[in-house]
Amino acid sequence: MSEDPIIQLREVVKTFGTQRVLDRVNLDIYPGRTTVIAGGSGQGKSVTLKLILGLMKPDSGSILVHGRDITTMNRREMNEIRSHFGVLFQGSALLDSLSVFDNVALPLQERTTLGREQIRKKVLATLIQLGLIGHEEKFPAQLSGGMKKRVGLARALQLQPEIMLFDEPTTGLDPEKTMEIYRLFHETQGKFGYTAIIVSHDIPKVFNLADQVVVLNRGKLVTFDNPEDIQLSQIPEIQAFVKATMGHLYLSSDLE
Amino acid sequence: MLLQRIENIGELTLYYLHDLGRMGLFLLRTLRGGVQQPFRFRAMLRQIREIGANSMGVIFFTAAFTGMVLGLQGYYTLRKFGSEGMLGSAVSLSLLREMGPVLTALMVTGRAGSAMCAEVGIMRNSEQIDALECMAIDPFRYLLMPKFLATMISLPLLTMVFNVVGIFGGYLAGVKLLGVNPGAFFNGMEQSVVNKDIIMGLVKSLVFGLLIVWICTGRGYFVHQIRGAGYGAEAVSRVTTQAVVISSISILLWDYILTAILL
Ligand SMILES: Nc1ncnc2c1ncn2[C@@H]1O[C@H](COP(=O)(O)OP(=O)(O)O)[C@@H](O)[C@H]1O
Ligand SMILES: [Mg+2]
Repeated sequence: MSEDPIIQLREVVKTFGTQRVLDRVNLDIYPGRTTVIAGGSGQGKSVTLKLILGLMKPDSGSILVHGRDITTMNRREMNEIRSHFGVLFQGSALLDSLSVFDNVALPLQERTTLGREQIRKKVLATLIQLGLIGHEEKFPAQLSGGMKKRVGLARALQLQPEIMLFDEPTTGLDPEKTMEIYRLFHETQGKFGYTAIIVSHDIPKVFNLADQVVVLNRGKLVTFDNPEDIQLSQIPEIQAFVKATMGHLYLSSDLE
Repeated sequence: MLLQRIENIGELTLYYLHDLGRMGLFLLRTLRGGVQQPFRFRAMLRQIREIGANSMGVIFFTAAFTGMVLGLQGYYTLRKFGSEGMLGSAVSLSLLREMGPVLTALMVTGRAGSAMCAEVGIMRNSEQIDALECMAIDPFRYLLMPKFLATMISLPLLTMVFNVVGIFGGYLAGVKLLGVNPGAFFNGMEQSVVNKDIIMGLVKSLVFGLLIVWICTGRGYFVHQIRGAGYGAEAVSRVTTQAVVISSISILLWDYILTAILL
């Protein structure tokens, strides 16, 4: 890969109390590509995303975005960096007190100087694209899990992020909704050309989207430049993990 | 055994110091959020309705009965010294200086403080606060500042309502039920209440307002970092209980301190 990585994790360590969640982790993420971070529950996938977003600080090591270390940045510099990011949180993290429309409009209202009418047009365009039209007056509590994800995606895309982070975008969704989210992911990545980081424990489904798969296991990251290589890994935990999730593939294709 | 115990005490002390520092920084960041633009005026008005207007019923009820009890108790005590005429001044001074600010603050803690703590805790728990940060929207300006201002505006106003209703309750019990001379009731009040009493009540209600909103939103904001709280919905419920207890105790503690300073 000749290009420079857009995000680099260098010897990152993160502990909570006595629990070492990330143990000298290294990771390079290249522009325009899709990286899947896989691993069992509680292995530190969400923590890794939060470190990249600067929501947490590592105990040691550095995290570079466009070559600049975010671990030493102040709030203003961090906000500047964050304008490159869009995030779809695990539970979508929509603001409960705002309607679907206001949730999607929020980044435009707060971060741009656009007028009311311009914001309305932009929001409606996104809502149409994500199949949310007719739901704009609803509140998050009235939406299904899959619909919340779509609203979350709409909100994250408003400021045309360069990098999109997805925290378990399909966990808890049925196979049909899962395919729908991945279809929207494809569509929006095609349109906006963002770099994607997807956290998922559903390896089979993301196999064909991923340019690189990394597996988090006991604080260590194992990188597979070719996703197929995962199945050849000699690490017992990864073998077990692959076996568990591949078995899941069998089951879900049997059902279909 | 002994070493273990000393270690536990040391750890606990460190935790409380850490917690205090964290809450201090939280307050500073909120105050800084207050001077940042744009100021969310409408959000603040909504919070005033939530914290202030919606507490009126509770305040009315509490104030009326507090005033009536003060009227009854005051009457029987004062009659022993043959000075029932002092009832108006006794009732109004107790209300303005102590009962009004303290009881209003305790009621608001129970009604609005607990709700604010749970709301912020749920927002932290469901990553809504993280989402704000990721959109480069300062949660202190966007979320917390309207709550701080609304509470500090609402509490003095509610306290005044409490005082007026309470005095009327005292009048009802003393004059209407027990037959104290109405002229003496209001005359005594007028002669004994001075500006200082009103200012004292006002200062107290402002300080209590700050304590309530600071403790309740702060507990919710740090819901995952509170010792023994755990995660998820359970953590929110534990932390909300804790916020109400700490807030109530702080109100009573600061009531004593402020009385000692201001008397
Ligand atoms: N704020 C926190 N405080 C303490 N421990 C945490 C915190 N966030 C995560 N952890 C711990 O770190 C580990 C990894 O968490 P997480 O990254 O959420 O896992 P997952 O891979 O399922 O997303 C878990 O054991 C969790 O208990
Ligand atoms: Mg997670």
